[in-house]
Amino acid sequence: MSRNVSIKYALDWTTIALYVILIVIGWLNIYGASYNFDQSTIFDFDQRAGKQFIWILTAFGLGGMLLLIDAKMYSIFAYFIYAATILLLIATIFLAPDIKGSRSWLVFGPISFQPAEIAKMATALALAKYMSSYNYKLKHWKDLIPPGLLIFIPFALIVLQQETGSALVFIAFLFMLYREGMKGIVLVLVSFAIVLFIVIIRFSIVPLGDNQGTLGMVIAMSLILLIQFFYAFIYMRDHKEALILLGGIAFIALISYILNSWYIINYNYVGIGTAIASSFYWFIIELIKRFKRYWFIIFLSIGSVIFSFSADYLFQKVLEPHQQVRIKVVLNMEDARLGAGYNVNQSKIAIGSGGFWGKGYLNGTQTKLKYVPEQDTDFIFCTVGEEHGFVGSTAVLLLYWFLLMRLLRIAERQRESFNRIYAYCVSSIIFFHLMINVGMVLGIMPVIGIPLPFFSYGGSSLWGFTILLFILLRLDASRLEHAW
Amino acid sequence: MINDALQNRRTIIAIIFSAVIVLFIIRLFTIQVIETKYKEGADSNAFLRKTIYPPRGLIFDRNHTLLVFNKPAYDINLIIREIHDLDTLAFCQALNIDKAFFINRMAEIRDRHRNPGYSTYTPQVFMTQLSSEDIATIQQSMYKFPGFYIQNRTLREYTYASAAHELGSIGEVSQSRIDSDDYYIPGDYAGRDGIESTYEEQLRGEKGVEILLRDAKGRIKGRYDNGKEDIAPKAGKNLTLTLDIRLQLLAEKLLNGKMGSVVAIEPKTGEILAMASNPSYDPSVMVGSQRSKNYIQLMKDPTKPLLNRATQAQYSPGSSFKPVQALVLQQMGGITSHSMFACNGPESYPIKCTHHHGSPVSLLDAIEQSCNPYFWNAFKTTLEKDGYGEKNAIFRKNFNEWEDRVKSFGLGRKFTDSDIYDQSRGFIPSEKFYNRVYRSKTGWRAITIRSLSIGQGEVLVTPLQLANTQAIIANQGFYITPHLNKSDSMLKHIHWVKVDPKYFPIVNEGMWRVFEYGTGSAYKISNISMCGKTGTVQNSHGKDHSIFVGFAPRENPQIAVAVVIENAGFGATWAAPIASLMMEQFIKGKIERTDLLNRISTSVTNYHVKER
Repeated sequence: MSRNVSIKYALDWTTIALYVILIVIGWLNIYGASYNFDQSTIFDFDQRAGKQFIWILTAFGLGGMLLLIDAKMYSIFAYFIYAATILLLIATIFLAPDIKGSRSWLVFGPISFQPAEIAKMATALALAKYMSSYNYKLKHWKDLIPPGLLIFIPFALIVLQQETGSALVFIAFLFMLYREGMKGIVLVLVSFAIVLFIVIIRFSIVPLGDNQGTLGMVIAMSLILLIQFFYAFIYMRDHKEALILLGGIAFIALISYILNSWYIINYNYVGIGTAIASSFYWFIIELIKRFKRYWFIIFLSIGSVIFSFSADYLFQKVLEPHQQVRIKVVLNMEDARLGAGYNVNQSKIAIGSGGFWGKGYLNGTQTKLKYVPEQDTDFIFCTVGEEHGFVGSTAVLLLYWFLLMRLLRIAERQRESFNRIYAYCVSSIIFFHLMINVGMVLGIMPVIGIPLPFFSYGGSSLWGFTILLFILLRLDASRLEHAW
Repeated sequence: MINDALQNRRTIIAIIFSAVIVLFIIRLFTIQVIETKYKEGADSNAFLRKTIYPPRGLIFDRNHTLLVFNKPAYDINLIIREIHDLDTLAFCQALNIDKAFFINRMAEIRDRHRNPGYSTYTPQVFMTQLSSEDIATIQQSMYKFPGFYIQNRTLREYTYASAAHELGSIGEVSQSRIDSDDYYIPGDYAGRDGIESTYEEQLRGEKGVEILLRDAKGRIKGRYDNGKEDIAPKAGKNLTLTLDIRLQLLAEKLLNGKMGSVVAIEPKTGEILAMASNPSYDPSVMVGSQRSKNYIQLMKDPTKPLLNRATQAQYSPGSSFKPVQALVLQQMGGITSHSMFACNGPESYPIKCTHHHGSPVSLLDAIEQSCNPYFWNAFKTTLEKDGYGEKNAIFRKNFNEWEDRVKSFGLGRKFTDSDIYDQSRGFIPSEKFYNRVYRSKTGWRAITIRSLSIGQGEVLVTPLQLANTQAIIANQGFYITPHLNKSDSMLKHIHWVKVDPKYFPIVNEGMWRVFEYGTGSAYKISNISMCGKTGTVQNSHGKDHSIFVGFAPRENPQIAVAVVIENAGFGATWAAPIASLMMEQFIKGKIERTDLLNRISTSVTNYHVKER
């Protein structure tokens, strides 16, 4: 029992306090969201708040149990847990009934369970185990392949379950990889790709002049050229090449503009031609000066041009129609009031109607009258926004911020890589859920149905996050026990 | 094994996490605090503000007899945005309308030119003022037609088919009215004319609001905040009119088959006891969905039943003007009660006398006998009493004085402080008018405007004004603005005429003699001393107008009457008996001369006027 005593002191009670506060606030808001004027109590087990109460109690029990397990066990069984989860995910594809097109729920009588929630924890453990081994160091691009595979397998299986939203969460591991040594340029490239994608999708519908290309493509090419220019400006010693490049681009743009008075010139091709021509220019300089960094800019430019051209294709062919619409809604390309945009618009109305102070607890009308869909699960933040206003919603966001900062601090105080990697996985996953969920509710992210951690109604999600967090707390509590 | 080299990456990750949360807080601030459109969206979403229309005030006559009351009616409203899966055929069958009407009506609602208040979010009026029978079928199947609502309204109902012009009617409010008065929304009803219009704000009451909560599928989920925010409608105030419905009905009965009007005023108070105009219409035809159809039909009727002849028609008063003339001329010092003028009967120049009497005549005789030469001479003497002067300046000054004093009898202008709807001004010519007509200040003299002396020519009065002059003579010098609402006293609206009370007794006596010995003697009521004056007015439309003005009893006047029967001949023939019967009814409470009543009420002077 001596270990239990030490846990009591070593346990991070701040995190537990934040966890409990978020869960209780979430629970009260679930009651608010499903409150239907019949004055049923919060403990009515036929209602969602009552059910959530049971989930909360069991989650607390589960968390307590996880704290009793020896911290070493998580490291020892990491691969085993991962393998078991992969098998479960495969089985789910075949066993799960079709619920609204998704095959991700295993149903046991009255209880249903989503293995994808466990997969995050299992993947985090496996990644921690692999990357903390003494012979692994993230130094080269090829070092990314094994962790990449560990991430990709559950990701692909979850996509096969038609749960793209849950699968996207695995992108969150990029933050952990970055912390463990992955080049920062990967994050920049991912951001750049997202920017290019948005620009092309958003503005490819805006034509330029009379069949002279689209605004989207021209902006994309301009962005690529701009990056080339800054890159040159930073890495050239005398800036001469950068200025020659800038002059050349301006010259081509001017010529094509003037020529347009007589001939119809498609600016799309002018932009692409310029980008390729400048890449060739870098190639020549590379040959002369043998400056290795230029390869990067050449590949970046060519890659970006290809990506820009395929973005539209990707959007049209790879994404499902409903996914295309969700993106269009966020980009203001669809009438948001009806149809696909209805949810988001109603969500914004509900939050907006809360005003500064909110309408008061249980006084929200939008959420209670079922204007907001999924109001106690994915759109639970609406209830906070409507009933507690700007003040309440900001307070909840700040609670999450405290939690995330606390988790980063916990991560950095670990002496073992396994613990630190796992801690980064946990904070990244929680952050990613928060970003997607709240962003969706506020209408700045596409509708991706993933729950708000600790807040949304649902046992799987609550259990999943509890397991994720309490394993971390157990690992953290063991940091004082002994050095490895 | 702390990886120090990469520890700064924790900072970058923390910055990314924090930046996203800050972005969210900014976004929250924008949609919750800065933008207002979401709040409006929420209101129209979740709150169904159901208007509860208050019952409109009832209207009673002076003896508390109910004249106008309410019966239930229904409107069908729709909210375009909420309509889905409409079975048009079933809907049309339930409402007993044809599909073409439905399509047409929907197009009208959507046409922003004809329906400027169009919105897919707010209730639009589909059909109005249906009776309970009309909606019996659809009421049961309303649930099949989401987006359509039944709005309870009320329709006016009338105890008597009487006083249509005075009571007025209710119609849908116009766009300009909606713009100028926040109370109204499209589809509301308001008084359009008569009392209903003048006292609209009292009669309409205050609308109430029931705030219902509506879920995303349009289902009503109950009352908001248990109805605490609801506003109960306030019933309209009841109105008691000055009209005596028995007298009113008598007036209308007497006008049967005639074109003209009757106005009766209580002199002491200015209260209008009866005001009838014929041809008229049954007020109940101007109610509900039939209103516009009937209105157009009445508009096209050549006998102009919509015209309230009592207040809008203008006639030369003829001899009925002579009492006013006698008062003004005395006041101006042109004549005294002893002045005598010669009368050569039909030989008189420039105005003939149509009556046979001795010569010279006194003022008293002149009123009794309606002697035209007397009034011409008196008029001339008065205006010329100081000579004409440089550029007729003195004459014109006297004329201005005459005009001013005549106008003080409430002539030549509307009773602006009255509640009577749609009055005409009448006309008392001014110096300016004659200067313009005769193109100079010297182009006209007393002889030029001689017709004025006997109430012919340019002078025009309405029957209401005429009755009011009788109230003035009965009151010996003042009138209370004639009005229809008995609820608030108009005694403050006292107007003294610009004639000294000392000049009244002789006119009063002259008018008494009319009933005792003169043109009205056939219609004197026994035991009551009455004053009156006939008028037979030449006009360009055919036979003379028959006019009678008077009041009774002479000692304590209770009723002043003016009667105008168009193109019916002598004043004594038609107007006088009608006035007399009105007086009898009001003073005695019943008619003893039933033969006279039957004879007058069944005689037809104008064959175009439809029997009612």
